[in-house]
Amino acid sequence: MTIQHTAGTGAETAVPRPPRANGATGAPGASRRPGPSPAGRAVALLRGGLVQGVLVVVALVWLTPTVGLFVSSLRSSDDNAASGWWTALTRPGTLGLHSYRAILSDSSITHAFWNTVLISVPATLAVVLLAALAGYAFAWLEFPGRDWVFLVVIGMLVVPVQIGLLPVAKLFGEVGLFGTIPGVVLFHVAYGLPFAIFLLRNYFAEIPREVLEAARMDGGSEWMIFRRLIIPMGRPAIASLAIFQFLWVWNDMLVALIFADAGSQPLTVALQSQMRQFGSNIDVLAPGAFLSLIVPLLVFFAFQRHFVEGVMAGSVK
Amino acid sequence: MSAVTTRRVPSAAAGGASPGRPARSRRARVTVAVLFALPALLLLGALVAYPILYSVVRSFFDAGGHRFVGVDNYHELFTDSATQKALRNTAVWVLVVPALLTGVGLVLAVLTEKVRWATAFKVLIFMPMAISFLAAGITFRLVYDQDPHRGVLNAVAVGVHDTVTDSSAYPGARPSGAKALREDKGHGYRTVQDVRPGRSVTLGLVGIPAAKLPSRARPAMDPAAHHATPGTVDGVVYLDFVPGGGGRPGVVDPKESGLPGVKVELTRDGRTVAHTTTAPDGSFRFSGTAPGSYGVRLPAGNFAQPYGGVTWLGPGLITPAIMAAYLWIWTGFSMVLIGAGLAALPRDTLEAARMDGASEFQIFRKVTVPQLAPVLTVVFVTLVINVMKVFDLVYIIAPGPVQQDANVLALQMWLVSFGGGNNQGLGSAIGVVLLLLVMPAMAFNIRRFRRGRS
Repeated sequence: MTIQHTAGTGAETAVPRPPRANGATGAPGASRRPGPSPAGRAVALLRGGLVQGVLVVVALVWLTPTVGLFVSSLRSSDDNAASGWWTALTRPGTLGLHSYRAILSDSSITHAFWNTVLISVPATLAVVLLAALAGYAFAWLEFPGRDWVFLVVIGMLVVPVQIGLLPVAKLFGEVGLFGTIPGVVLFHVAYGLPFAIFLLRNYFAEIPREVLEAARMDGGSEWMIFRRLIIPMGRPAIASLAIFQFLWVWNDMLVALIFADAGSQPLTVALQSQMRQFGSNIDVLAPGAFLSLIVPLLVFFAFQRHFVEGVMAGSVK
Repeated sequence: MSAVTTRRVPSAAAGGASPGRPARSRRARVTVAVLFALPALLLLGALVAYPILYSVVRSFFDAGGHRFVGVDNYHELFTDSATQKALRNTAVWVLVVPALLTGVGLVLAVLTEKVRWATAFKVLIFMPMAISFLAAGITFRLVYDQDPHRGVLNAVAVGVHDTVTDSSAYPGARPSGAKALREDKGHGYRTVQDVRPGRSVTLGLVGIPAAKLPSRARPAMDPAAHHATPGTVDGVVYLDFVPGGGGRPGVVDPKESGLPGVKVELTRDGRTVAHTTTAPDGSFRFSGTAPGSYGVRLPAGNFAQPYGGVTWLGPGLITPAIMAAYLWIWTGFSMVLIGAGLAALPRDTLEAARMDGASEFQIFRKVTVPQLAPVLTVVFVTLVINVMKVFDLVYIIAPGPVQQDANVLALQMWLVSFGGGNNQGLGSAIGVVLLLLVMPAMAFNIRRFRRGRS
């Protein structure tokens, strides 16, 4: 999905700050302005009511598509063909889990679901690990051409995956990775790395120098420093990155459409193949789509702050 | 949000130069550094850098990759009608969507500052960012469904339409075989023979399923059984059909039902002079009619097919429809980023403007927006980059027959190279064009980073 691509613009980034920093973090709704002066209170109250009304309407409009999908997924295909999902709101008795039972007993769907897990989890772990290593090197270790190489990595932030599809497909074909889960994972890792390195390098760079110096004086190897110091101190940024990358890979369709074969395809690809007969397949597509989005939604609600920070890190200053 | 910026990017180059640390050879330190960075750099080199070079070279060869064709692929890219359509659509996307999203995000960010439940609102609007384009696409296919009994948008459209204009009572009904009525050039049906006051007309219709008869319908009034009143044109509109058979066309048989609620017009020389609506037994009357020759007309509104809503997924509206779904997904991003920027604005200018008696709108236009310009730019640029690469949503929402109408560059690249086209030369050229289009953003990023460090 999307989030990865937000790694668009910002070079000096809105990384979540290291522990000692006392700046505001960018969680939504973090700050509110003081109310209007007492003189204009009556007018403000009236206007406030209007604003509330507008926002309530916007919120309802935003909620409707998802509610529609969810309610449709709980209805039988006959009901869906006969009447709109909103009619079921007054007759909750007609709702049930039959469609879910049906798709969960369909081995092609459950297999695809597990493929999604088998792709997303390794792709996330690998990106976090490789980017943390590289981020540390770019922030605190010396090697020739380091700054220049980092600029190239920044340049790669916006490289569209489209440019890699054909050449990598050919490359994978030659080494036998085409159509396999490791192939899909590798592609995701490569295209997730620029943003990941960028995010972690900027975060690690803010760790106070004295902390590192002290560790080095104690004779700690770079590997020890990385494991005992950098990783624990970098936890907030790593968490943001992990959530971000996980959701991107989980939600991907394009990469898997090309690099996965029938046996290794994730849920998104399995579902899109049913789109051609949208009308008659709604009893598969609605619960399938819900199955595909429930994991990201749970992750989103559980780690909302990290997620928002990750998205913001991709752009703004 | 600017508060969150990395203000002090330490010049990390000094990392190894501190006094008193155990001496290590420079070469050993470089080796360690390279070991840390190498796995990532190898992957980036093999799967990102090399493919860029490969694609550039490949774009100068033909479909199979055997023959050098110069810039032919690029020529085809700008002349082939399908690719042109994709280019045009991508241009429309870039021109419309980022500006719209930034604007909507700005308005919502300002509005949410004024309510107590701002956080809940932001979470709700931001939520679609977490789900896949596929799930969003399926969700919106359902929203846009043509059938008003399935698509919520058309259900609303039909509901609004039917409250504004009356829905027809007997869609598809037509005159019975009795030939009392004929088609009146788009105005419904009118009597074949002229009518004079003091006469009754018998207007039989068919083509109405018995189940669709309104419950208030009563057995039809039989004009033959009563005496006409002078100065009055009256008659009956009825269902000229006996369930089970046995009826005679053009005659009101005992079991035949009247058709209530039919609009009836009395016309003279083609102009309507009076109108009425039929009673439960299908009868109507125009009393006090001056002597002369008239026609009786049943206007087309009685028989119109019901309004079916808007064809959202047809060739005309498909791109706006997909854009609306994209808006649904990305508004949260724009709103939250701008909201964070808003929260970080210095308050004193706002307070000063308020003290000077500026209205909220003036403050918004003259103070808030100019101060937010850097954040707005970043949101806008990020959106431009993402909009250029839009693929999944178009692929999922546009039904097969209109896919070409909704086509965009990223989709065309896939179609040409993988989705049946199998022209890797042209596919590479499209990929290269996409890369060239995001180059300015690449330069923008690098410049910002270097400026941030110095």
